[in-house]
Amino acid sequence: MILVVLPQHLRTLAGVATEVQLQVAAPITLRRVLDALEAGYPTLRGTIRDYGTGQRRAFLRFFACEEDWSHESLDAELPASVAQGREPILIIGAIAGG
Amino acid sequence: MSGVRVLVGTKKGAFVLTADGARRDWQVRGPFFAGWEIYHVKGSPVDPNRIYASQSSGWFGQLIQRSEDGGATWAPVGNKFTYEGEAGTHQWYDGTPHPWEFKRVWHLEPSLTDPETVYAGVEDAALFKTTDGGTNWEELAGLRGHGTGPHWQPGAGGMCLHTIIQDPANRERMYIAISAAGAFRTDDGGKSWKPINKGLVSNFMPDPTAEVGHCVHHVAMHRDRPEVLFMQKHWDVMRSDNAGESWQEVSGNLPTDFGFVIDVHAHEPETLYVVPIKSDSEHFVPDGKLRVYRSRSGGNEWEPLTKGLPQENCYVNVLRDAMAVDSLDDCGVYFGTTGGQVYASADAGDSWMPIVRDLPAVLSVEVQTIS
Repeated sequence: MILVVLPQHLRTLAGVATEVQLQVAAPITLRRVLDALEAGYPTLRGTIRDYGTGQRRAFLRFFACEEDWSHESLDAELPASVAQGREPILIIGAIAGG
Repeated sequence: MSGVRVLVGTKKGAFVLTADGARRDWQVRGPFFAGWEIYHVKGSPVDPNRIYASQSSGWFGQLIQRSEDGGATWAPVGNKFTYEGEAGTHQWYDGTPHPWEFKRVWHLEPSLTDPETVYAGVEDAALFKTTDGGTNWEELAGLRGHGTGPHWQPGAGGMCLHTIIQDPANRERMYIAISAAGAFRTDDGGKSWKPINKGLVSNFMPDPTAEVGHCVHHVAMHRDRPEVLFMQKHWDVMRSDNAGESWQEVSGNLPTDFGFVIDVHAHEPETLYVVPIKSDSEHFVPDGKLRVYRSRSGGNEWEPLTKGLPQENCYVNVLRDAMAVDSLDDCGVYFGTTGGQVYASADAGDSWMPIVRDLPAVLSVEVQTIS
């Protein structure tokens, strides 16, 4: 089971109180996790990845195991502890604005 | 008993303000979508309980929300806005070509005849349409593709399509306006478009009377006279008596002809409202006084309306979609400010009272007259 922690606004939108648990087939990559997330919670489509480009929206970041995965390929395999459900993927809204 | 429902979009959520026909005692609901920018909220003229809202964020992009119960509850619908075919380029601020990129929905205009059909004006400027209540959106690509699109350039607020007006007498005719491209008209239901900017003069342009490039801030029409249009341009208040074929200035005795909003009295097609703003470099009302100006002669002769409005130390703006009129016998006029106040007049502007004083900055105000 893959664990995903969403920022507050996306938790509200998805109607979830805490972390999201997803069934994702191996190999575990960000693309597969995001595909599963959007399939399970269709209201999140377009809010994490831009519809036009399919890329991460500019003010969001992906963290896992205390590392920034935002600039890694979406097809890179995530750490084993994420794949085993021991560590979550964090989707973080960038600190911006006043 | 009849009443009104005022739909308010702000920088940090939506609010629904309701009152009976006296419009003295108000109930305030919200914030809905707290923390999100709500550029526009508007109800269907056919089914007033069907309301659409544009919800956006720099972090999370665009959502469209729909209510079936007059704004009590909401559900997200489709949010996929993709340009038809090759997106192409428009001019960037420095005059270089820049790819068309979807940013947000500025304005939602429900159909006059079908609650499932809505038009959406977006940034970068384009017009989209849904015929299934917001589930799917398709671009009416004839607007961007009619020829002048590559010459359009963003204004300071972005290159936004912010005004959509349907002709109630001719279902094939519609008007739209874009900052900073100008006004356009279709006579075939959105398939083809023509610029309608003859008579506009914009001195910031290399050719002040060019076919496109004018920073139109808002356009208004009275439904009984759809060939007569009123425009608040970046500078200048304008009027057209021939469906936009030509325009003449009607700024008259306004203290400044810069501004954003313009609207028309519900029952008097020659009675107009504007809120003059000091200048394009000082986006607040002149002299620290919040004054709505009314013309009862279709322009040129204007009177300040001040009763109930702050007349000292006021430095707010009123944005382009932040004024509306109801259709009760005594026409109500409403507007919201960047200071978070929403003012109402139940006597066509003679006197005003704040409905709320401390909302986030108001982006849009619409009103529904409920029977």
